[in-house]
Amino acid sequence: MLGRLGDWFSDPTRWSGSAGIPARVLEHLGYTALAVAIAAVIALPLGALIGHTRRGGLAVVGVANGLRALPELGVLVLFVLLLGLGLLPPTLALVLLAIPPLLAGAYSGVAGADPGAVDAARGIGMREHQVLLQVEVPAAVPLVLGGLRFATLQVIATATIAAYVGLGGLGRFIIDGFSVRDFPQMLGGAVIVAVLSIVVEFVLQGLGRLVTPGPDRLRLRRHADGPPAPPVSPSPAPSSREVRP
Amino acid sequence: MRAFGYDIDQLVIAHVLLAVVPVLVGLLVALPLGWWAHRSRPARRVLVPLSGALYTVPSLALIVFIPVVLGTPILSPVNVGITLTVYTVALLVRSVAEALDAVPDTITTAAIAVGYRSAGLLFGVQLPLAVPVLTAGLRVASVSAFSLVTVGALVGIPSLGTLMTDGFQQDYTAMVVTGIVGSVVLAFLFDALWLALGRSLTPWTRARTGV
Repeated sequence: MLGRLGDWFSDPTRWSGSAGIPARVLEHLGYTALAVAIAAVIALPLGALIGHTRRGGLAVVGVANGLRALPELGVLVLFVLLLGLGLLPPTLALVLLAIPPLLAGAYSGVAGADPGAVDAARGIGMREHQVLLQVEVPAAVPLVLGGLRFATLQVIATATIAAYVGLGGLGRFIIDGFSVRDFPQMLGGAVIVAVLSIVVEFVLQGLGRLVTPGPDRLRLRRHADGPPAPPVSPSPAPSSREVRP
Repeated sequence: MRAFGYDIDQLVIAHVLLAVVPVLVGLLVALPLGWWAHRSRPARRVLVPLSGALYTVPSLALIVFIPVVLGTPILSPVNVGITLTVYTVALLVRSVAEALDAVPDTITTAAIAVGYRSAGLLFGVQLPLAVPVLTAGLRVASVSAFSLVTVGALVGIPSLGTLMTDGFQQDYTAMVVTGIVGSVVLAFLFDALWLALGRSLTPWTRARTGV
């Protein structure tokens, strides 16, 4: 099987034309970028506003969790049955699935901004929109990026399924391969989309590290690697290690 | 019960089995791995990024990989089951490790002082305290499993997803909606079950909040 997979990849016709691997990768990235961008335009301001006013927070969490239970395949099929074939219906389905993680990230990031900093901002006379844009939104960046990462991966995975309802992209290799029982083609498509997902995740993680401010960066590292970070503030850190026998 | 020419009961049973069994097996696998990641820093350095990468692989791709890796038939439901087990393990290993990390050392020390040792300490003190975090992880894994089972229909594995693919082929919206609603209802039912189970295992959390 692996030999036949090698044959599939080394066939030069795979690497050119509108059904070739490069074209399918670009299509897949294009659908993903389009859906995530539309979802971000809707979800990020809404999430930030709800996080700032703290009104409707429970509803956001409830809706986000409820949407998570929606089967992606069903949503895609339903949108196409109701709205017809083409780029728009599957893209709308992808947007719908990308909204919950982005909304949750923006909401929890803004709502979780240091209340001391928010009070201080009001105390020095900032207006509400300044508090939001200059204090809460910067503080929300790490969680927003987390939501963005999750939404992007979700959309890449769902765009693969969307080949079933006529979208292009890398899912074509898997769906078309299955319909003619061409397993090397299915496997080839699966390998490419898996590699693409891992590369995108890696890039977004790196981006997250770049834009996360200092102390948070240390905190994130500590979670990722285990060793405790050096204390970054004089505030009393939990020193439970000292009581270990 | 029959509808749209399908035995709905059978699709529901297949759907539930394909979602629930992998989640429970995944929990059983994730517990020792998470404990290992909690105890050993090198193990954590391997397990946490590895599970992150596995969780990143799209479900349809993973379903296609399993027959190649394990030699199972391409049309076997086992492929979907193992895919969902892999996701559950990937999701829970980190949760288990972080839940065990979060048990305060004062409690561990006190337990050791009153005579708890290795296994007793783990099963009598540390794991029970980790239950709320575990329940939260299990609920996320379970809800997404109920939705991901439907993807198997794309490679011929029966579940409520079959109503979605065949409904699409027959241009039959009611059939697709039935599949979606059924899948969501099942996901919520089992979500409520895990929540109740987690609560019954941690009576002290109720005593504190007075519920």
